[in-house]
Amino acid sequence: MIELRNVSKEFVLHNQDSAVIPVMQGAELQVHPGECVALTGNSGAGKSTLMRMVYGNYLADDGAIVVDGVDLVQAEPRAILSLRRQSLGYVSQFLRVVPRVPTLEVVAEPLLRLRVERDAAIARAEELLMLLNLPQRLWSLSPITFSGGEQQRVNIARGFAHSYPALLLDEPTASLDPLNRAVVLSLIEAAKARGAAILGIFHDAEARAQVCDRSIDVSQFTPRAA
Amino acid sequence: MKDMAPDTGVLLSVRGLSKFYGPRIGCKDVSFDLYPGEVMGIVGESGSGKSTLLNCLAGHLPTDHGEVLFSGRDGGLRDTLQMSEPERRMLGRTDWAFVHQHARDGLRMNVSAGGNVGERQMAVGARHYGAIRDSAIDWLGRVEIAEDRIDDRPTAFSGGMQQRLQIARNLITGPRLVFMDEPTGGLDVSVQARLLDLLRGLVREMGLSAVIVTHDLAVVRLLADRLMVMKDGHVVETGLTDQVLDDPQHGYTQLLVSSVLQV
Repeated sequence: MIELRNVSKEFVLHNQDSAVIPVMQGAELQVHPGECVALTGNSGAGKSTLMRMVYGNYLADDGAIVVDGVDLVQAEPRAILSLRRQSLGYVSQFLRVVPRVPTLEVVAEPLLRLRVERDAAIARAEELLMLLNLPQRLWSLSPITFSGGEQQRVNIARGFAHSYPALLLDEPTASLDPLNRAVVLSLIEAAKARGAAILGIFHDAEARAQVCDRSIDVSQFTPRAA
Repeated sequence: MKDMAPDTGVLLSVRGLSKFYGPRIGCKDVSFDLYPGEVMGIVGESGSGKSTLLNCLAGHLPTDHGEVLFSGRDGGLRDTLQMSEPERRMLGRTDWAFVHQHARDGLRMNVSAGGNVGERQMAVGARHYGAIRDSAIDWLGRVEIAEDRIDDRPTAFSGGMQQRLQIARNLITGPRLVFMDEPTGGLDVSVQARLLDLLRGLVREMGLSAVIVTHDLAVVRLLADRLMVMKDGHVVETGLTDQVLDDPQHGYTQLLVSSVLQV
């Protein structure tokens, strides 16, 4: 479902003496349906960079990144947008929303974009927010002013609203209390059970051990300094 | 999984569009395709050619080279630059809409709010007064203008209200393509947020395609699927909005992105 072949990337900073910073070389990995794979490695090894490349948020310079049959390295923006709408979900560490939009709408939006009936989309959003113990009195408010943990849960609810066949999780349990952490882990288990291919970054070693089938150390793809 | 969004091929196809002001370049050799439901942002500094490009696309400025192919309701692509003036005017009243930066350029300031919204309906043949008024009230509601303001003139409205009225006037006839020139420019941030929310909702519900020119990167991040970066009349970079903003490739885009003040 998710496959990387010989992926490399470097950053060129044109306004800083055109510095060239190689960040990834020869990255290879596969995630099959129903499998959760953890990206590991020290800070700066390129875990987030790799994940962003899989989402099409960062460009790869070389190689192939194939998700659900679409090669993100070659695909037109339109094909990537369609892939993100239907097949590729991403729970980032940061919530980015239009100001003023109520939490319930934020969570239901991925479904509304897929033209799911409004009632069904809202019902699914309510179910997830309830599950993640977000107080009902917050549902009609914009999440912009929420605490870190609350925003994180809104982000997770949004990421799990649609049953994406491929899912990217960047520190999904980072700022959560034990109760909500357990909820998130059960959501991940459920997604695996329905056949989702999941690629995740978990600093929380216990969570990683619980939901991940294997780990890939990203530092093996870090280019050695010349 | 199949795509539920209506996907019937390209809506607007721009090929090699160039515009010169004497020896100076307005915009040069611009090409892109826009599909139904897509929102494309065009960013760049003042003088980068982004407004020139928008006005050429919309037929407000004569173009020196290139084609602007639009897919009509009959499905065929036609070069709008070759259309006769009446044909292009008709397009501007039906399938196309243009939201100006300054609402007063897009509104009739001495006509009531209801009249402003109703006028576009009449331009496409609506004649029943009651129906026109009902749909005007409906649209004023959608852009959050109270019904009891329907008989007021736009001169009595705040800047944000005028802009929302302009949007209602433009969208009431159900266009398929909207051109927007700095739609949130000059508004307070709180008003901007409200307008962004409104525009996003309308784009999603009506399946609109839009070309939005702005210098505000935060606005395009929230509204646009795709981004085109212009400098000195040339397109220097294109791509998915979040990719261009988070991993800019061109030196100028890197400069633009790194120059944004953090809040």
